[in-house]
Formats: sequence, C-alpha cells, structure tokens
Amino acid sequence: MCGICGCGEGPVHLDEHEHSHEHEHEHEHDHNHTHSHAAVHSHAPGLSQVRMVQIEQSILAKNNQYAHENRRFFSDHGLLVLNLVSSPGSGKTTLLTETILRLKDDIGIAVIEGDQQTARDAERILATGVQALQINTGKGCHLDAHRVGHALEKLQLQDHSVLFIENVGNLVCPSAFDLGEAHKVVVLSVTEGEDKPIKYPDMFHAADLMILNKIDLLPHLDFNVEECIQYAKQVNPRIKILSLSAKTGEGMDNWVQWLKAELQLQLIAYA
Amino acid sequence: MHEMSLCEGILQTLEQQAEVQDYQKVRTVWLEIGALAGVEVEALRFSFDVVMEGSLAEGAKLEVISVPGQAWCIPCGINVPVEQLYDPCPHCGSHQLQVNGGDQMRIKELEVE
Repeated sequence: MCGICGCGEGPVHLDEHEHSHEHEHEHEHDHNHTHSHAAVHSHAPGLSQVRMVQIEQSILAKNNQYAHENRRFFSDHGLLVLNLVSSPGSGKTTLLTETILRLKDDIGIAVIEGDQQTARDAERILATGVQALQINTGKGCHLDAHRVGHALEKLQLQDHSVLFIENVGNLVCPSAFDLGEAHKVVVLSVTEGEDKPIKYPDMFHAADLMILNKIDLLPHLDFNVEECIQYAKQVNPRIKILSLSAKTGEGMDNWVQWLKAELQLQLIAYA
Repeated sequence: MHEMSLCEGILQTLEQQAEVQDYQKVRTVWLEIGALAGVEVEALRFSFDVVMEGSLAEGAKLEVISVPGQAWCIPCGINVPVEQLYDPCPHCGSHQLQVNGGDQMRIKELEVE
C-alpha cells in the first residue's frame, strides 16, 4: 500500500523522492511538538490518558505538498503542464494526438496518461512519436500529485516543453486533486448534454479552460451551445471557452494558439 | 468515490501524528467539511469505518462539523451565503461570485489516548 496518497499501489518509493518533502513536513508540524511535550510532561509515563489534540490540517495536505513540489519542478524547467479532465469518451486522447501532430515539430511534448486499466491511450500517444507514460490507477478514480511526481522521474522531460496529463475519465474526483499543473482544462463533448457544468459543478469550477469538443456533430444534435456556456460561466465566471472538433480540425488553431501563448507565459516566468 | 482516498489521507495523518503527539489510540476525529468541498459526508462516514479497521483508529467516532458555503459577490461587494457553486448572489442575482468559505476539508481535532 502506498503510504503517501492512499492510492492502493504497491511499494512506496519515497527514497527516490527529493528529501525536501519530509523536511518540509516536519516544519509544518513544528507547532505540534510543543503540544506534544506539554502533554507528555503532564502525565505519568505508561499511563493511558484521554486527551484532545489539535490538528488543523487539510485532509489533502499530503497531496498538496506533492503538488507544490511538482509545481516547483515545472517552474524550474519552464514546463507548461495541463491537467486534462473530462468524463470518459469526451475525446481527450484524440484531442491530444491531433494537438501533438500540429505542435511536435515546434515544441517538445510529453504526455502522462491516467486510466484505471490498459495502456491503450499511451500507445495512441506513442504512435505520434512523442513520449508517453501510462499510469494505471487500478480501482482509483483519479490521479494524485504523488503518482505524477513518480512519473516525472521516469520521463525525460525537455526544458521549455509542454506536458499534458490526461486524467482518469471522471467529472467528479479529479477536481479535488491538484497535480501541480498550470491549468485544469475540462473537455466536454457536445454529445454529453449542455447541463454538465451544473450537474458536475466542482470540476467546472476548478477548471480555467473548457474545451467544447466534437462540434462537427452539432447539426445532428439538440445541444444548445449558448446554454452550455451560460451554465459553465454560472459555475465559474472566469472560465475561458474554446469550441472545436479534434476530428475535422475546426477550431484547433485557436487551441494551438492558446497553448503557445501559455507556454510563452511559462517561459517569461522561467526567465 | 474519492472519499475512500480522503479517508486514507486521514489515516496517514493520524498515524503520523501518533508519533509526534505520542498517542496509541484515536477515539474521536473531528473533521471540518465545507458545503462546497465536493465531499459526500455519508460516503465519507462509510469509507471512514472501512479504512480505519485494523488501525489505531479502529472504531473511532467520526464527528463532522459542517461549514456553510460563502462567496464574495463582486457587484455587491459583500460576502453572501451560497449552497451550490452555481448559485447566484441572493441579493443581486449575479454569478460573479468568488468562493471564499466552505470549500475546506480539514482534520480539526482528535480525542486520543
């Protein structure tokens, strides 16, 4: 059992990690030491005594610590990292393969694929000629920052490049787990119904960009684009929206421009 | 079902704190869960009992302190109560809201021995 994030994965490779995690952690608990000493002195050793202990710690503290480490790594290397989230079948992998084909000659790209089982998505990415690493979460419903941190050790990431993290297809759980990304990008396909943003508000609230995918199918559907955008803005007034079809290429230029602009911003920060 | 992962996270904190704070058993865990934290309290209770089994917190009581959602309404310039992320401002009806309360999930306090 992984002792860090509760992901249910085999052995922990904490020793492979930067030592900073543990040090930082001790600092965070410094105030608790005082309580502890006071409590120890207040009763005879060996006697069990019921007492109260103040914790005041986020349940996600561990994940957030790892996310912080990841973010620092990304920033040190001028990496633009995007966490792609959606329900299963929204077209994330096709969006990625089409994006890679348009960008790979100009920009370094790598992909971390999260799925419960199989390496099918990583294989599709590898076929485009860029690096891909599959993480199988088993019964887990989301990627967490700890697993992503280990994936970073295995990838040969080029400075000033783009890393896409394709999260497990799930519009609920991944919203709570920061991976250290610059942005969560939520992909919604028009076959899913325009009210997804208010049905799954947490995810649309956590995302900075919504990609409305498969717009080539709109003529065959009753999907109301304006209503969908209105729902998304209702949950998250700051969300940006791009409509496209990864299949026909319509709207892909805007997405590619957005990526390039965001990478440029990372480079400015890096410099 | 990320409530299961959350409970694993709670257990790790309890185990880690057991060393620092010198306790052997956890009797009660107080959590503060915001209405906008995306946590289903009933699922959390169920997972809690399952995850704590066989640990230093086996049979521990789980007390959940609910914190109401709150957001800053930009047009009104005041904090307003919200129950859902898609709620409008109860005064002006705007959705220009920035959540600033009730999105936390924290371990607050423990009763230990």
